[in-house]
Amino acid sequence: MELIEAIILSVLAASTPLLLAATGELVTERSGVLNLGVEGMMIVGAACGFGGAWLTGSIIVGALCGMVAGTLMSLLFAGMALGLAVNQVATGLSLTIFGIGLSGLIGAGFVGERITPAPHLYIPFITNIPLIGRILFGEDGFVYLSLALIAAVWWFLYRTRAGLIMRACGDNHVSAHALGYPVLRIRMYAVMFGGACAGLAGAYLPLAYTPFFIPGMTAGRGWIALALTVFASWRPGRLVIGAYLFGAVTILQLHAQGAGIGIPSQFMSSLPYLATVIVLVLLSRARTGGSTAPAALGTVFVPDR
Amino acid sequence: MQLVLEKRAERSRTVALISPLIAIGLTIVTMTILFAVMGKNPILALYVYFIAPLADGYSLQEIAVKATPLVMIAIGLSLCYLANAWNIGAEGQFLMGAVAGSWIAVKTQGTEAGHWVLPAMLLLGAIAGALYALIPAICKVRFGASEILTSLMLVYVADLLLDYLVRGPWRDPQGFNFPTTAEFDPVATVPTLIEGGRLHLGSILALIVVAAGAVLLGRTIKGFEIRVVGAAPRAARFGGFNANQLILLTFAISGALSGLAGIIEVAGPVGHLQPGISPGYGFTAIIVAFLGRLNPVGILIAGLFLALTFIGGEQAQIAMKIPLDVTKVFQGVLLFYVLACDSLILYRFRIIFSAPQVARGTH
Repeated sequence: MELIEAIILSVLAASTPLLLAATGELVTERSGVLNLGVEGMMIVGAACGFGGAWLTGSIIVGALCGMVAGTLMSLLFAGMALGLAVNQVATGLSLTIFGIGLSGLIGAGFVGERITPAPHLYIPFITNIPLIGRILFGEDGFVYLSLALIAAVWWFLYRTRAGLIMRACGDNHVSAHALGYPVLRIRMYAVMFGGACAGLAGAYLPLAYTPFFIPGMTAGRGWIALALTVFASWRPGRLVIGAYLFGAVTILQLHAQGAGIGIPSQFMSSLPYLATVIVLVLLSRARTGGSTAPAALGTVFVPDR
Repeated sequence: MQLVLEKRAERSRTVALISPLIAIGLTIVTMTILFAVMGKNPILALYVYFIAPLADGYSLQEIAVKATPLVMIAIGLSLCYLANAWNIGAEGQFLMGAVAGSWIAVKTQGTEAGHWVLPAMLLLGAIAGALYALIPAICKVRFGASEILTSLMLVYVADLLLDYLVRGPWRDPQGFNFPTTAEFDPVATVPTLIEGGRLHLGSILALIVVAAGAVLLGRTIKGFEIRVVGAAPRAARFGGFNANQLILLTFAISGALSGLAGIIEVAGPVGHLQPGISPGYGFTAIIVAFLGRLNPVGILIAGLFLALTFIGGEQAQIAMKIPLDVTKVFQGVLLFYVLACDSLILYRFRIIFSAPQVARGTH
């Protein structure tokens, strides 16, 4: 029983950064922008988040630093892809290359340092309930925040006028522009939200997952978050399922390695990446009738006047 | 104040030529500021980065050695990008080529195998790279899965496979438990061009690849099809060009060149298979491809330039204690500026000072 509890707890922890980053990217892509720089924004968020927390001793300051860093990175992307109408795929790639270098520079000062990780919720008696107590009421704040955030995004997308307008920009920017909506400004807000989420997701890693910073610690999670939005068909509900499934794959391979199954560890470690490929293939195949992607996703928009 | 883009009637040829130079200029300005912020002497840092490596013969050879994989990979990538197929997993194809070619070297180690070994290694490396690149291409063509994500995921898988092999079955028994194969036999090694030097046969192969790329794109129907499919997909469909077939073809060529670059790197400058054989060649080659304007000759120049930054970065680390990550920042910044300047080819930038409300009133 304790093993199952431990596994579920670690799955939740491993899924949270994926869910946070994918939530941001979902909003960005729903507005019609494909930002492939998630990995770059995450790793800079991780470096700045750790730096902030290490300097001030406050997890919240660290998380805010991560969000600000991610947002600044995303503004760089917005300036290029929206302001100068540069190809979004190429811009996103350069954001990732740039971010990996930048995070190394920022993080060089505190590699090897440690912080006290984010505290876990503790409600007397309730958290002590066997099995479900710690899982439901004993997580760190980020886990609850990520779930609240995706619920808020769902509400925003489907229950508010602003969400409807944003989706319109993502499906047909020409019509949205003709109706008088400021397509580029709306997209910029969506990109910034994506950046803040990616930065927070990156900051989660050194603030709660492992209490130290190592260069390249995001290890492709930003790319998996991108795949998750495809997996989820750009729908918030499926995104939660997808994120927890991927978290489970990550953790189960770790436990399998720990249990000493006679399979080389490298093969187990490659499972999340292989799972991503397989899932992308299966989902794209199931969807041959018509794409559920935002219709204007990744296309350049230059308003004519 | 507002920045407005106006579409040009046709692509500006002048801007197309000078935009990489503007980009390099802006990058150098940015790096000067970065060095100053880091408390390093910017003039000295720029000298160590860009001028000092050109001053001695050893560094010049080293630049050619580093440019070899960059140029080879970037030529293949440029074909993909021209056809609007986004292969960003060249790093994985590079590693798979290295692994597959090394297999022959490891298996023939210490035997009487003759001079067929190296050609066989190069061939197998290219085939393995091509096959590995065909996985995302087939997933794209057959199932519609995003080739961007699948090709990138396979990089991690290739990295882990290489790691497994050199820590497990292929580890050098006399290697003090270091994760590496034994040094390859002379017949499994790419010969150097100068006695005792670093420059090797691979650099000649890279030049041949550049020439072949130029002929393919400029002088053949296939090259024309590749460019049309990317630039005008509708026109290509009316012309009866098979876009899917071109995706498969460009991925296969690109994978083969990456794989070839991988095995050349292992059998040449490195001399054995080990983790970390690539300082991100597959990703830097993306920058090379764009900086070179997806043009073979441009790629050759861009490859040499980025190789210079690798060498300059290493020397700056030794001489001025500037971290190696600065090189990555530099490369990212450069790609940003290249892409931004490319926007000038298609658009004219105009800054409008009047408030938007007033502008609307006059219409």
